[in-house]
Amino acid sequence: MASWPVLSVTTFLPLVGVLLLLFIRDDEPSQQRNARWIALWTTIVTFAVSLVLLQRFDPGSADFQFVEKYPWLGGTINYHMGVDGISLPFVILTTALMPLCIIASWRSVEKRVKEYMIAFLMLETLMIGTFSALDLVLFYLFFEGGLIPMFLIIGVWGGPRRVYASFKFFLYTLLGSVLMLLAIMAMYWHAGTTDIPTLLRHGFPPGLQTWAWLAFFASFAVKMPMWPVHTWLPDAHVEAPTAGSVVLAAILLKMGGYGFLRFSLPMFPLASQEFAPLIFALSVVAIIYTSLVALMQEDIKKLIAYSSVAHMGFVTMGIFAFTTQGIGGGIFQMVSHGIVSGALFLCVGVVYDRMHTREIAAYGGLVNRMPFYAAAFMLFTMANVGLPGTSGFVGEFLTLIGTFKVAIPVATLATLGIILSAAYALWLYRKVIFGKLEKPSLAGIRDLDYREILLLGPLAVLTILFGVYPAPILDMSAASVANLIENYNKAITAAKVAALMVQ
Amino acid sequence: MMNAAVTFPSLMPVWPELLLAAGAMVLLMFGAFRGERATGTINVLTIILLVVAGFVLVSLPDEKLVTFGGSFVLDGFARFLKLLALTGSAVAVLMSINYADLRKQPRFEYPILILLSTVGMLMLISAGDLIALYLGLELMSLSLYVVAAINRDNVAATEAGLKYFVLGALSSGMLLYGASLVYGFTGTISFAGIAKEATTPSLGLIFGIVFLFAGFCFKISAVPFHMWTPDVYQGAPTPVTAFFASAPKVAAMAMFARVAVSAFPEIVPQWQQIVVFVSIASMALGSFAAIGQRNIKRLMAYSSIGHMGFALVGLAAGTAEGVQGVLVYMAIYLTMTLGTFAVIISMKREGGQVENISDLAGLSRTNPAMALFLAILLFSLAGIPPLAGFFAKFYVFLAAIQAGLYALAVIGVIASVVGAYYYLAIVKVMYFDEPSPGFERMPLELKLVLGVAGLFNLFFIVYPSPLVGAATAAARSLF
Repeated sequence: MASWPVLSVTTFLPLVGVLLLLFIRDDEPSQQRNARWIALWTTIVTFAVSLVLLQRFDPGSADFQFVEKYPWLGGTINYHMGVDGISLPFVILTTALMPLCIIASWRSVEKRVKEYMIAFLMLETLMIGTFSALDLVLFYLFFEGGLIPMFLIIGVWGGPRRVYASFKFFLYTLLGSVLMLLAIMAMYWHAGTTDIPTLLRHGFPPGLQTWAWLAFFASFAVKMPMWPVHTWLPDAHVEAPTAGSVVLAAILLKMGGYGFLRFSLPMFPLASQEFAPLIFALSVVAIIYTSLVALMQEDIKKLIAYSSVAHMGFVTMGIFAFTTQGIGGGIFQMVSHGIVSGALFLCVGVVYDRMHTREIAAYGGLVNRMPFYAAAFMLFTMANVGLPGTSGFVGEFLTLIGTFKVAIPVATLATLGIILSAAYALWLYRKVIFGKLEKPSLAGIRDLDYREILLLGPLAVLTILFGVYPAPILDMSAASVANLIENYNKAITAAKVAALMVQ
Repeated sequence: MMNAAVTFPSLMPVWPELLLAAGAMVLLMFGAFRGERATGTINVLTIILLVVAGFVLVSLPDEKLVTFGGSFVLDGFARFLKLLALTGSAVAVLMSINYADLRKQPRFEYPILILLSTVGMLMLISAGDLIALYLGLELMSLSLYVVAAINRDNVAATEAGLKYFVLGALSSGMLLYGASLVYGFTGTISFAGIAKEATTPSLGLIFGIVFLFAGFCFKISAVPFHMWTPDVYQGAPTPVTAFFASAPKVAAMAMFARVAVSAFPEIVPQWQQIVVFVSIASMALGSFAAIGQRNIKRLMAYSSIGHMGFALVGLAAGTAEGVQGVLVYMAIYLTMTLGTFAVIISMKREGGQVENISDLAGLSRTNPAMALFLAILLFSLAGIPPLAGFFAKFYVFLAAIQAGLYALAVIGVIASVVGAYYYLAIVKVMYFDEPSPGFERMPLELKLVLGVAGLFNLFFIVYPSPLVGAATAAARSLF
């Protein structure tokens, strides 16, 4: 046990930054600069504190660590926080990406800088809280609370169709989540608590498992997003400012996958087994169909958004294979996608800041003027395709192996998707980067500046590092994943034995 | 028992009511002799009286006190709701102090009418039998009819008052008819007595319950007895609307809960289906009908209809948890509504009061603090965590799930998503749209109300246990 509550400090430190920002009065340039620096330092310090978590974390244990528990709502609903090998990678991912998001918004956000930074810092608190809450009600608060800042980020600082996109994002996600809330209540009355570690050991009856699984599925499938409830994502991505897209793709989408791993699988194992074919079907459709849709896009951000849906298909497929490789690969794929898609959106932001358009047709031949940019964009495109040596490969490969063990047709079809993803990603890259630089508007375009190199550099290093040496993430989650699978198998076996006894 | 006739009932439990009633008389005389100049003083004295009544109420012994032969019950339930009603009334008077329309033609009767209406509410909340209930209800309602039309030179206000009176009288008639049926089929008017008799539902008794509940639904403006609400809300001067939306709703909901739970505990399934229907209808209508509104007062009318539907979800459960949910809901609803109305009252430009949603355009630029607090309240009204409004909905739905009312819960949460749309639409107008001219400076008292309400809703999450604990204790006292 730590001597000071590291996890709570990590979670709520961004709010201190919010408090400081509230003292900034005007929207003058000097004040705007102050707002940016306050936000940047807040996120950097938060990241530094979260490294303490990383350093003190014991990867050999499947238990929750850094546990904090205080009475809160009265009765059995407590303020209960803690992380294990499944949630810690996401906490670190969040804290690591936030400084980059702030830097990415350094120049591109010019109006209402203070409010923008407040929204981002609040979002950071809510995201970290989502991954570290160990009480269902607390989890729900963080999970849902994130909608408010994201709604404002898209709506205030977004593109031309921002109102439509922000409403769609908010209402879609809310509709999915309220059903989960009802399931949480039903679980509360059945188990007498909303404490997650207790619920993980509580065997729910099959009937309740089915309904609760469906309710949780409604929420996580929208958040993930899975086909056919993914349509809010392209809109939200296209309209959101660059940093908003990064957070959305890199972290908010991971809440769905995290939810499946934390709740659906361990708490409703029987229902998970029962519905696994449904998940497989939806995942395969997502992988193939959205890849095809991505091929048809004319907007760079929209193309990457659809490719995100396809990549999340690999994650759900891996998770519901119930194998070590599948689940471990799913977690890895989520982290890797967080880095890669975040970097891709930053790459789009780089050219958008210069040209103020995201039309693929408006670009071409950038390699002539922007060699560094072309190199960085290529690395991330290749990682997105899943080229060996990049982190994208490890995630896709593990999920495919994991699935192959249990469902060969599913894995085969999903592999087809990789080919398609290569098709759209390379097509995009060729259109934007290669060819002759013919368009007069592009003639004076500048290559990456220091700020942008500072942004993309760390992500490039991580992409390659995890591509050749994925052990840090896999080891971190290994014990928790093994524990998850063991409990799952126990529950399934117990149910089979019980069924035999009845006969 | 020879001297039964001379045994004088204990007056201790009624001290707050006596204080308010006597105070109202004194202030009335004061106003009658001093004329309109006294309005300001009377406003202040009214607020002080309401606050003192609250303190007296809190200082009474913390146990179940019964007087007037069981007609008047002061239990934890009554204490909790009386405090809410007193708060609502006091804040409503506070918010009216600087309101232009009321200042132009000062009427010292306005605060006094609110006082009298509050006496009625307190009676109503403590009613232990049908007669006391009716007395309290009529004292409250008659004052409300007058208050609705207080701006007597304004056609809309007069129409609102008249409409409210005619429909209100009709609903009182229905309630009385229901009460007489209940009395006829049980032979008693006391709630405890009815509970003993009404163990098996007879047709006549059910008829009585239906009529009784129809009257209640009118007072809390639940569908299908909601028609008066949008017109009255829009027509009445805004501080009056704020009052209508707060304290009387609390009192009427208290009466509804007390009668349902303490008079008919043995026949829950019979009245449960009524409440479930009314609840679903109110939530649905409140959510859908508000979408098309352009006038913010009308929108708040539909919003309050919806909120009453949500509160009824808790009552439909018919359990202690359900009543606890209703109490938490009403407490949080009160803060959200009063805070929102503080903004609506201060929507004032040089040409006078404006009340279209589009007038709020770009408020986040012209008045960032006001926009921020209103946004907090709107998200809270929509029930988005981590704001207080989420906990309000959480507890009522928790009770509904426990009682096995799954369909009601599912329809309810879906209605809340639809409802979220129109609250978001206001946030959108404030934050996403280009600014329209700013409003005049917000008076201090409105800033205070808005600030307190906003901060309460924002920080409720940090320390929720006092309110939740008080509501739990209050709900237990009914069972």
